[in-house]
Amino acid sequence: METYLIKSETTTLKITPEAYHTMIEHGESGFPNEICGFLYGKYSGDEKLITLAKPAENVKEGDQRRRFEIDPRDYQRAEVFALTEGFDFLGIYHTHPNHPAIPSIHDLKQAMPVFSYIILSIQEGKFDHIRSWQIDDQENKFFEENITNLNQNG
Amino acid sequence: MAKILIPTPLRKFTENNATVEVTKNTIGDSIHELAEKHPGLKKHLIDEKGDIRSFIRIYLGDDDIKSLDGPSTRIEENSLISIIPAIAGGM
Repeated sequence: METYLIKSETTTLKITPEAYHTMIEHGESGFPNEICGFLYGKYSGDEKLITLAKPAENVKEGDQRRRFEIDPRDYQRAEVFALTEGFDFLGIYHTHPNHPAIPSIHDLKQAMPVFSYIILSIQEGKFDHIRSWQIDDQENKFFEENITNLNQNG
Repeated sequence: MAKILIPTPLRKFTENNATVEVTKNTIGDSIHELAEKHPGLKKHLIDEKGDIRSFIRIYLGDDDIKSLDGPSTRIEENSLISIIPAIAGGM
């Protein structure tokens, strides 16, 4: 494991089947490019429940197979959406085409506190695995969040 | 008073308040005022030189202040200022 990655036993994340399948379909259809989107739901104490995954446009200029970027206006709208619709804005998802769902140093540099960063590994166009990460209080490491309910979701 | 909309991941530094009121006349002064009220925000908003960090975009209404007068952009009594973190990454 890279030095900026650590394990956590405390933070748990649940994802509804609808949100889970939205991310997978988006990731597979966007292959070989990286895709990205917003995560909404409810945050209570150490547990997050993601009920909605909302695709966003990857506006990165250049090679989208290795990078993603979200338009600031889309981010602004995502914040307003959460406030008006009564969601907690819980984080961002993106894909790593043909690579494992481990955050890179590029992901760390721009990560924000509190947010969950879900990564889906898409191998040759097919979903392979999912992991979720959050930066620690010192903001120089990612710890892994435990996704607890995917077996039931399929 | 003008209001600043705090992005969700930075609300842990504003006692979970989504907006904070500010009294200054320009964007730059308002961001510094915000950072003084809520010191935990400072490292996310302001760099070592005292400038707004490059990973942060500031919008006045629907306009990026880069297309206006930057930090010198003047604000009105009822202005809504948004702090927008850059969301990007990759392998």
